[in-house]
Amino acid sequence: MSPIARPISPHLEIYRWRVNMWQSVLHRLTGLFLCLGALLLAWGLIAVATGADAWGIFSAFCASGLGFVLQIGWSWALLFHLCNGIQHLFRDTGMGYDAAQRDHSHTPSYFATGWIVIAASLVLTALVWITLFARASGGAA
Amino acid sequence: MNVRVGTDDVRGQLRNPMKYARGLGSAQSGVRHWWLQRLTAVALAPLSLWFLWLCAGLVHADYAAVRAAIAEPVHAVLLVALVVSLFWHGALGLQVVIEDYVHTRWQEITLQILVRFGAFLAAVACLFAIVRIALH
Repeated sequence: MSPIARPISPHLEIYRWRVNMWQSVLHRLTGLFLCLGALLLAWGLIAVATGADAWGIFSAFCASGLGFVLQIGWSWALLFHLCNGIQHLFRDTGMGYDAAQRDHSHTPSYFATGWIVIAASLVLTALVWITLFARASGGAA
Repeated sequence: MNVRVGTDDVRGQLRNPMKYARGLGSAQSGVRHWWLQRLTAVALAPLSLWFLWLCAGLVHADYAAVRAAIAEPVHAVLLVALVVSLFWHGALGLQVVIEDYVHTRWQEITLQILVRFGAFLAAVACLFAIVRIALH
């Protein structure tokens, strides 16, 4: 007798996608991506320690189109992982899980704070790059 | 009958002595991973913001300026702290991702070894580079 193919836990597909599920997925993906960024940091430090030629190769990569796109991606990944991580630390204390938040008559605040985390990461990333471009154009003028 | 586990007399307890004999159950280190992940996260929150600020200041700098910036004692020390907590935090995170998604035992073990060795080597290489830059 072959076993019946019953759905197995946690069968995530039965749940409606909410912002906290996006946060969870994005936290993992940005974490993985930031591990690659850590290797870029290692490359940069080793290049500086090695000499001007090695540094030239590294800075040429950073100035290239791919390097530029990766740096924008890494800056957002870092700021999202940071904002979401800070929210994780607050939630570790039990904040936001009190009885009022489990009342089904209204939307719990952890959905709103989830959107705030995502919005904050995007705004902070934009601020970082606007500041960098403003300084670069100011320096060139 | 006197049944002792360490200094505890386990007679009269609800736990069956077989539990102790088999040695299964809590390894007494359940929260270590969780705690170290939080500890490194708390360290990384200010350190990563400081690192962004350091990088932003070096965007159009030449080789000598970058080298001098890293060699500055405060920067070198903070970079060491950043590198240690970054690779530690990253290794803990990758460990959980592998535990969650890689279910073939030999692949899981191989990846866990590669992640630990890789993170350690990268961290040591970074620290060696920082010390060399700072002391040269």
